[in-house]
Amino acid sequence: MAGKIPESYGENPQRRVRERWVRAFERSAPGRLTLGIGRAIARRFRSVHWNSWAFVAPALLLIGFFLVYPTVMTVIRSFFGRGTTLFGPNVEFVGLTNWKYVFTNEIMLTSLRNNALWAVLFTACTVGFGLTLAVMLDRVKYEKIAKSIIFIPAAISMVGASIIWKFIYAYKPAHLDQIGLLNGIVVALGGEPLGWLIERPWINNFCLIVVGVWIWTGFCMIIFSAAYKNIPRALLEAARIDGASEWRVFRNVILPLLGPTAGVVATTMVVQVLKVFDIVYVMTNGNYSTEVIANRMYKEMFNYNNYGRASAIAVVLLLLIVPFMIVNIRRFVSQEGAR
Amino acid sequence: MNLRKTVARTPLHLAILFFVGIWFIPTLGLLITSFRDPSNVAGSGWWTVFPRLFSGGQFSLQNYVGVLRDQGLGLAFRNSLFISIPATAISTFIASFAAFGFAWMRFSGRRVLFMMVVGLMVIPLQMTFIPVLPIYSKLGLAGTFPGIWLAHTAYGLPLTTYLVHNFMAGIPKDLFDSAAIDGASPFKTFSRIVMPISVPALASVFIFQFLWIWNDLIVGLVYLGALPDVAPLTVSIANLVTNRGQDWELLTAAAFVSMALPLAVFFGLQRYFVRGILAGSVKG
Amino acid sequence: MAQVTLTGITKQFGDFTAVRDLSMEIEDGKFTVLVGPSGCGKTTTLRMVAGLEEATDGEIRIGERVVNKVPPKDRDIAMVFQNYALYPHMDVYNNMAFGLKLRKTPKAEISKRVHDAAELLGIEEKLKSKPRELSGGQRQRVAVGRAIVRNPKVFLFDEPLSNLDAKLRVQMRTELEQLHHTLQTTTIYVTHDQVEAMTLGDRIAVMKDGVIQQYASPKETYDHPTNQFVAGFIGSPAMNFLPATATIEGADILLTSPPSFAIRVPAETVPLDLPSDVLVGIRPEDLDGPVTEEENTIQTHVVVLEQLGHTLLVYGYVGDTQIVASLDPHRDVELDTVIRLSVNLRTLHAFDPETRQTLI
Repeated sequence: MAGKIPESYGENPQRRVRERWVRAFERSAPGRLTLGIGRAIARRFRSVHWNSWAFVAPALLLIGFFLVYPTVMTVIRSFFGRGTTLFGPNVEFVGLTNWKYVFTNEIMLTSLRNNALWAVLFTACTVGFGLTLAVMLDRVKYEKIAKSIIFIPAAISMVGASIIWKFIYAYKPAHLDQIGLLNGIVVALGGEPLGWLIERPWINNFCLIVVGVWIWTGFCMIIFSAAYKNIPRALLEAARIDGASEWRVFRNVILPLLGPTAGVVATTMVVQVLKVFDIVYVMTNGNYSTEVIANRMYKEMFNYNNYGRASAIAVVLLLLIVPFMIVNIRRFVSQEGAR
Repeated sequence: MNLRKTVARTPLHLAILFFVGIWFIPTLGLLITSFRDPSNVAGSGWWTVFPRLFSGGQFSLQNYVGVLRDQGLGLAFRNSLFISIPATAISTFIASFAAFGFAWMRFSGRRVLFMMVVGLMVIPLQMTFIPVLPIYSKLGLAGTFPGIWLAHTAYGLPLTTYLVHNFMAGIPKDLFDSAAIDGASPFKTFSRIVMPISVPALASVFIFQFLWIWNDLIVGLVYLGALPDVAPLTVSIANLVTNRGQDWELLTAAAFVSMALPLAVFFGLQRYFVRGILAGSVKG
Repeated sequence: MAQVTLTGITKQFGDFTAVRDLSMEIEDGKFTVLVGPSGCGKTTTLRMVAGLEEATDGEIRIGERVVNKVPPKDRDIAMVFQNYALYPHMDVYNNMAFGLKLRKTPKAEISKRVHDAAELLGIEEKLKSKPRELSGGQRQRVAVGRAIVRNPKVFLFDEPLSNLDAKLRVQMRTELEQLHHTLQTTTIYVTHDQVEAMTLGDRIAVMKDGVIQQYASPKETYDHPTNQFVAGFIGSPAMNFLPATATIEGADILLTSPPSFAIRVPAETVPLDLPSDVLVGIRPEDLDGPVTEEENTIQTHVVVLEQLGHTLLVYGYVGDTQIVASLDPHRDVELDTVIRLSVNLRTLHAFDPETRQTLI
């Protein structure tokens, strides 16, 4: 900056001359222009909050690479054909061929039907049981232990759970002793053993859905329990004093107050169940018309090496989930707005 | 009076007992079968052990030995550890940075970006495999542990960031003002003040994420599936079901091996686990 | 030199102007209080001096230095917060040492400063405790200690006593006074409590809606408030305001509100544009009675009596306006009677009802 020349410079006449030139330049028109632009750039540089970006950058980069970029590319890939590469010489544009397959092929239609079945039954059961259990357990002393037991399945893997239930559903011909619990009970009651996982198309799907419900109800129950305990006791007591029976209290006070929570839980459950894979993969691998979309996608990708079809199936999964994503975001925005 | 109350509440207790039974008995069946002699397992239901419970000769550890040594589950267990712990650590670490940035730093587009990150929670993983795998092959990351660490971290980031952010946003503003006056840079504020305070929340998130990764099947299948050396427990057991589907003594023991750690974590640290879930779902 | 100079400071939050063209000079070594109701802009002003908010317009100087763009840590200031803002995971020693550690102060120096401050504040035994183990008063002391060890040019206090119970508040107040007497550091103190302002401040700035109404010594704001707001804000119980008609009679100003009162004030200086409608301001302690005279007394209908032991508070109605009088506790007053109270003419005020400025 134009200012005093330090004492030490006095010894070096060359430096002095240079300093004078620099100062003259600074004062001149082109000099001012350069300095102005330089300062403007520096200001822009400084005003970008480098610190802040440094904090979120790693996360954003990972998310960009693993979530955002692939989503876009998968959509594009769905319009191309067989092959196990993203793009390349062997991969040709096939337009809507994969899409036609997805919506007309028999197995695909079965999968879609099954996913719908899962979505409805699974969600209804987990939410319903979760809520009921939360309210019921609140009234007994052994609440904590019961809750733990019901929550255990959420901690073990779906593979483990699948084995547990596959074992329960095990079938042995009628003249042999049964080893599966369900058939054991059936036989003990005088009936014929069933191949539970083979009876198509409803029984085996139900059996699979039971496993899912078994795993996730605990999760719903915990959330409902917390929400339920948040209801001021005084409200329920006021209703009882007013003369309402337990059922009425449940229906007219508890249910409405837990409505929002139920909404959150239900959307979470639906999003989870549309992606169901583990249970079906381990227990039946989609056979006997128990196929689901996620499993189908896996097969197309790894067994049939048809990335095009697999992409299309994946996109279908995304489309099914998008409405719930929107609901999620909307709710999130209103929550943040209240902050 | 008390008797009437008890009688009136009997339906409640029965209903609860019914539910608890359905939740407990299957696991019990698994546990018992895993300790039974292989020759008995295929011949009789596991409930038949009860009449002769203490007469001996029914139980052995043979299945566990078989499963761990002969079927390679010992290795798979080690792999699961080697996958889950680093992935969870990295994930929690990066999520903490991001959550802090979103909660307390100012930069343009902060809100929009955060909503986007959280919204990505619902994206089905199936959407992400096809484009990533070829790149992984090229980079030599296919079938490696670091490769799957990155994948798990990225997949878990939306939820983890959301949970940690929930907590960090609740830290009183005064603390930051005081730190600013004391002279702490954003990074020092993060490392010396925010992180130590966040330990309970981070513990919850860590446990939650750890169990999620430990129990995961599909990411393991896709990124490591073909190579038995590095396959995690879930993948190995799934293969076992495919190959030895009727050998229940092996399957039950295998299932229990995979369940042992989560159950231990669950019972030992239940408090944190539940708090982790609630932190994200029920807004205080 | 550590005076603080604010010139034309303005702070806007979107459409809302929190501080409006504020200028004041805070003298070196003095205890200056910013006082006013919630939302008057006092905290915002303090935060701008601290550097936690950036001024939309205007200049802030600490000493000779313009500090508008200087980050808080380089301004050589220290701040004590209403909620103490102690780091919960650090013990008292580390809470106090944190700022020094960040500045790479040598360990021996840190230890000396922390121990000296702790001794001054009486918290030496608590150095190893965590904040959650301390009482409110102790936490506040730690917060003050944290500010002291920095040896700053300016202390900033943001309503530090508001979270304490009444008794503790009085005790801490005296401690702060002694502290200031010992350290003599320039201090800016924000509070909504006018008692704190009056007792602690060398100078007080009464603020309203982002504007300084009056900046003077406590006594000055009490004796000669510049407008009605200051008059009503300073002093407890608050000044009474009675509507009256003002006329000039010879060398006197006559303030009347029949039939309640007719007060004759000898006018040393008559304001040039004396409006005919004024608000007469009389402090409760400047009323005495009951008396029997009519001249320069106020007639009031007593509705509530509060015997406090050291004073008798008499609430009454003058016309439609309620007033309070603070009388000697032995006076004989009965409920639901009409009495007359004498007025101290020397401390009487009158205000323009529209501009709210002081006329007399």
